[in-house]
Amino acid sequence: MPSPDSSDTSIRHKGWVRISHWIITISFITLAYTGVVILMCHPRLYWGDVGNDLTPALIELPISRNYQHGGWTESDTFFNKAGSPITANRTYDIFNKNGWGRSLHFLSAWFLVITGITYLILGILTGHFRTRLVPKRSEFSLRLFLSDIVTHVRMQLPSSDNSTQYNLLQKSSYLAVIFFLLPLIVLTGLTMSPAVAGAYPFLLKVFFGAQSARTLHFLASIALELFLAVHVIMIIKTGFKHQMRAMTIGK
Amino acid sequence: MNINKHITRRTAIITGLSSLGSLLLPGCTKPLPPTYGNILRMGDMLTYSAHRALLPGQSLVKEYRSSDISSFPATGCTNPSAPLFTYKVSDEYGRLLSKGFSDWKLSVEGSVTQPGTYSLSDLQNFPVRKQITRHTCEEGWTAIAEWTGVPLSSVLNSAGILPSARFVNFYSFDGWIDSIDLMDAFHPQTILAYGMNGRNLPIPHGAPVRLRVETQIGYKSMKYLQRIVVTDEFLDLGDSGWAWYTGI
Repeated sequence: MPSPDSSDTSIRHKGWVRISHWIITISFITLAYTGVVILMCHPRLYWGDVGNDLTPALIELPISRNYQHGGWTESDTFFNKAGSPITANRTYDIFNKNGWGRSLHFLSAWFLVITGITYLILGILTGHFRTRLVPKRSEFSLRLFLSDIVTHVRMQLPSSDNSTQYNLLQKSSYLAVIFFLLPLIVLTGLTMSPAVAGAYPFLLKVFFGAQSARTLHFLASIALELFLAVHVIMIIKTGFKHQMRAMTIGK
Repeated sequence: MNINKHITRRTAIITGLSSLGSLLLPGCTKPLPPTYGNILRMGDMLTYSAHRALLPGQSLVKEYRSSDISSFPATGCTNPSAPLFTYKVSDEYGRLLSKGFSDWKLSVEGSVTQPGTYSLSDLQNFPVRKQITRHTCEEGWTAIAEWTGVPLSSVLNSAGILPSARFVNFYSFDGWIDSIDLMDAFHPQTILAYGMNGRNLPIPHGAPVRLRVETQIGYKSMKYLQRIVVTDEFLDLGDSGWAWYTGI
């Protein structure tokens, strides 16, 4: 079935879609990898504006030797009153690869953001989002959505041969990734930047504080990694070779 | 026909991306810190140029209430006269410490009309700035404290900073050397702090005086200050493996 915007059905993905797909794929994998390297340095997550080894954590991840290392001197209080905030000196030589980890993370983020913005502009201008990703009125049906889920769970997937159109489940997940998860992860990332949060303090309000932004950044990355895993499984299940040809040479 | 169409679009994207790059060119007409041909340092410079080009200059970072003051770990060097790890041992710091820093003097030199030294009481005689701000460590943790000190801009103006000046370099007793540009040096919240949470700055947090650069990551807020040198050129110490600009 030809999609309405494509006069030539043999081209499944337009050139600019294919290029941005792969730049974003490589950036995302590099970001996910360096993100874990950065998290390994301080594998504790918090809520609010403050979080450090002397305050309680929301989540502690056993992903490096820094996990609950306990290398601290006895603590001193800042004020002469009960419940005063404390200070202690670190005596433990922590794992820290953030020198290259952070710089590579931000370099990849530049590729993701510049490609992402170009993709969004072209997606709107060419009608790509409207014609291929926004569900048609007739598709807004709970029954259809549920039956979509059932066929996916049973792995009764349509052959990719004629699928220039996405089903509702695909459309919803692509829309969630493009318009919710990726913007969320970029904005929570920027909220952690002292200079950006200084210039735009509303970011700290929107994401409930600098450490909340860090936690949301982590959760969004988990959601995107799950999407990537399911996406790759679907590519394999619906014909890996054919799908790869479609996203590389376009046919 | 189709192939032509796609090349056109591809060209359009590439042209678009390269024209985005040209937005940064005005920043490149002035000498920038070296990148050593290292792609990571090039990314750091892109971030630096973008921040300087796109962010409103010298906006104030969020200041908190006293009730927001939090626990605050002391990391890195926690005493230059008896450091853990591999920091340089400073006997001079030990001598100054034993006299309660009464002999401590901060040297301000370089591209200034009146190079000289400032004792702790000299610095305390400048108009005081107090700020309750969030320290963001590159490791991932944050902490809030109240800092008392003198705006770096007051000291630089008092020393008569020259119009040719571009960078301010800091030397500390623990052997650390780093620099910031004048945009951050003259930021109203960039201070030389001698007090923390209403007391003298504790030794593990950089006594007697530390720098606070609130628009950058924690490691730019150097502890144990010894000497400030204003320069026209970037002080090239080689690639440390760490970003020089850490506003992100």
